[in-house]
Amino acid sequence: MEIHRQSDALEISELDPFLAELLRQIPESTKPEGAVAAENRLFSLPANEAETELCAEWKLYVEPDLRRLFRSATETVAADLTALNGKSKPFANCTLRIPTRNAEAWLNALNQARLVIASKYGFTDGELCDHYRSPIGSRRDLSLFQVNFYGFLQEYILRELEMGSS
Amino acid sequence: MSSQPRRGVMKVALIEQQRSTLEISPSAVEGVRCSTVDVFRASTTEAPVIEQEIREKEAVDLPWQVVVHNDPINLMTYVTMVFQKVFGFNREKAEKHMLEVHQLGRSIVWSGLRERAELYVQQLHGYLLLATLERAH
Repeated sequence: MEIHRQSDALEISELDPFLAELLRQIPESTKPEGAVAAENRLFSLPANEAETELCAEWKLYVEPDLRRLFRSATETVAADLTALNGKSKPFANCTLRIPTRNAEAWLNALNQARLVIASKYGFTDGELCDHYRSPIGSRRDLSLFQVNFYGFLQEYILRELEMGSS
Repeated sequence: MSSQPRRGVMKVALIEQQRSTLEISPSAVEGVRCSTVDVFRASTTEAPVIEQEIREKEAVDLPWQVVVHNDPINLMTYVTMVFQKVFGFNREKAEKHMLEVHQLGRSIVWSGLRERAELYVQQLHGYLLLATLERAH
């Protein structure tokens, strides 16, 4: 995999089918449905539970806005990812372009996906720092690799944004 | 943000209306939250009752703190960027708070009036940081 900065985009080329598939799974991975821990993490309380009025108002007025924001970011990423569904041969490496204007949406969607996956599997701090664990083994190992791969992409996008603004 | 006014915002607007209707001095109204019922009363016949209620609620708007809590998922560089964007911190200050979160488990990143604090927490949640409002002690 190679990452290049272009004038108006980040280009990830030589994506092997495995990494391309992990990228394709970003939108699906942001869905917390069915996992209470993930739902609670994405839509965390704004204050101590004792602040009942504040928490109730938050659910009513703010949470819908947050849901819209998260959905919008995921839709932007899903649209960019359609480039991976080209007509290339099944096991060929492929290329993805992330327009710079969509960088924030990517950061957001990647973060959603990482938080949801980590909440579903309850990864420990130790596991999250284990960047050398093979993705081959269990579904849990694969998901941990996915979280760390998405984190790597976030780091890269952040670095590029910083370089672009300086 | 949706176009629908949130309750806190409505309260502020109604307090403004109350000021002009009843000529209550700004210092008496400063930092006061009153319910919609209070305001309807204000616009009809029971003005003295309102003032009494205002006095009872004067303590409500003590400073609130915006607290960011540690979580193992958000990257340190990401948290730093969010602090810079949301609060306009320079790099050094943003990193100081980020490290406080990382090492101490939490950092008070802002304190002031509740409405503004709510807005900051909403923005931080939009970036998926664990953030809460707390009453200042």
